[in-house]
Amino acid sequence: MKYDIRKLRLLSNAEIAQGIFDMRLDYSDNPLPVACGQFAHVYVPGKSLRRPISVCDARDGVLRLVYQVKGEGTRIMSQMQPGAMVDVLAPLGNGFSIDSGKRYALIGGGIGVPPMLYTAAQCDHPLVISGFRNASLVILQDDFRRAGAETLLCTDDGSAGQKGFVTDLLRENISAVDAVCACGPTPMLRAVAAVCAELGKPCQISLEERMACGIGACLVCAVRVRKDGEEIMQHVCKNGPVFNAEEVVFHG
Amino acid sequence: MADLSVKVAGVTFANPLIAASGTFGFGREFAEFYPLSKLGGVSCKGITLKRRDGNPPPRIAETPSGILNAVGLQNPGVDVFIREDLPWLKQQNTVVIANIAGNTVEDYCQMAEKLSETDVDMLELNISCPNVKSGGVQFGTSCESVGNITKEVRAHCRKPLVVKLSPNVTDIASIAQAAEAEGADAVSMINTLTGMKIDIHTRRPVIRNNTGGLSGAAVFPVAVRMVWQVANAVKIPIIGMGGITTWEDAVEMMMAGATALQIGTVLFSDPYAPVKITEGLNRFLEENHISSVTELTGTVIPW
Repeated sequence: MKYDIRKLRLLSNAEIAQGIFDMRLDYSDNPLPVACGQFAHVYVPGKSLRRPISVCDARDGVLRLVYQVKGEGTRIMSQMQPGAMVDVLAPLGNGFSIDSGKRYALIGGGIGVPPMLYTAAQCDHPLVISGFRNASLVILQDDFRRAGAETLLCTDDGSAGQKGFVTDLLRENISAVDAVCACGPTPMLRAVAAVCAELGKPCQISLEERMACGIGACLVCAVRVRKDGEEIMQHVCKNGPVFNAEEVVFHG
Repeated sequence: MADLSVKVAGVTFANPLIAASGTFGFGREFAEFYPLSKLGGVSCKGITLKRRDGNPPPRIAETPSGILNAVGLQNPGVDVFIREDLPWLKQQNTVVIANIAGNTVEDYCQMAEKLSETDVDMLELNISCPNVKSGGVQFGTSCESVGNITKEVRAHCRKPLVVKLSPNVTDIASIAQAAEAEGADAVSMINTLTGMKIDIHTRRPVIRNNTGGLSGAAVFPVAVRMVWQVANAVKIPIIGMGGITTWEDAVEMMMAGATALQIGTVLFSDPYAPVKITEGLNRFLEENHISSVTELTGTVIPW
């Protein structure tokens, strides 16, 4: 059986920035290895749908999910107490493929930053570029440095790091890297993909879409991709969440 | 162990639990949780004559005790289904139901012809999809059109024929009678109730299609009521569905008049739900000294 649902013991669930929580789950007994960029599908009592949360880290027998309270489901998650057993379907999806010997720029925007931590841990001295709206939302910068990454930071209002967008920092530093991985809001991903296309750097992007089953059966989290010259529908949960940027047909 | 097997239109199911069309793909993904032989059957994702890409996303929204969806019948087309998915499904030791949808009556008839040549066990006529511009529910909301399409497809279909009914109608019992009169072997019900959810900050519907089909626990009492009304109006068996979440719901739906059951939305929070419901059904039967699950069907004692 490829999929497994487990009850994982909640170790901690602290608020690490405004509305951003750091859920740590005991994953020490779990035989299913996690790849960077994969996600966990978290059951929320009383809700019809699980919440898909990208894996922030999976080292040392701890599954770490850093998530933002956006609505009722994530609010219930944020109230779960240490010691609780959390029902988790993980790991799901296809993550980033990391080639040894290449230097990566890992780009995160807002709540797209967390999956870059476990990704950074798989890379050799990556350059992590993080962007946030303002200083109150900045997370994980020390974690990245402990994982051996060089970090660059920007905010929309300049209250932390450089004022501006991740694409500005990417352009300034692109000659120092071989390839790019990115996760964040769609306009950011579109802009990062455009910069990489222009400058000829391979780019993988992690997409988000409203999701139900998490395994590719219900077909709700559709994304239009171009394969062999033809546009087809694929699904964020099963074919992604990570796609080659040049294959994604952005919509809306 | 009680006898959990049921028979619908001459087809025997090992238990009454069938995965509902649209929630289960063609079964391959859920087979990574448990063998599909744990299920009485699988109703496959709705298929059309030609490939369909479906609606743009978002295709889903969560609502109180339910979900709205508007996938728009994304599927690879009947020929690909027959070639690539049906042979695998037939090896899984469960009943395989092909759910068919079309733009025209001729589409349905052509698919019925093609599928009648295969070893699929049953056909489910999807005339109740609320999420496509043409076809789907337009065939399912008047007695005349339901009677007509059932009659036409019946003439091309050499498999047991189940007609899946829309709840978005004034009098579902008379619609079921129209299907029965024109040769349906069974009806399955209910498809989703049309609904809508608006994001108050953007003033946009959450679903790109604006409207979607409501399913999940929220619709369960509506489904029970409609199954009961139809059970009182037709002689053909009913496959009951609509928000079944627990084994108690399964018992209730059978008491309302269902012979078999389909399970859908609950799979998204608990993929093992059909297995747990089957176990719960068995316990209920044993504790109440009921030897066969078929003895539950239609046993509600109305006031």
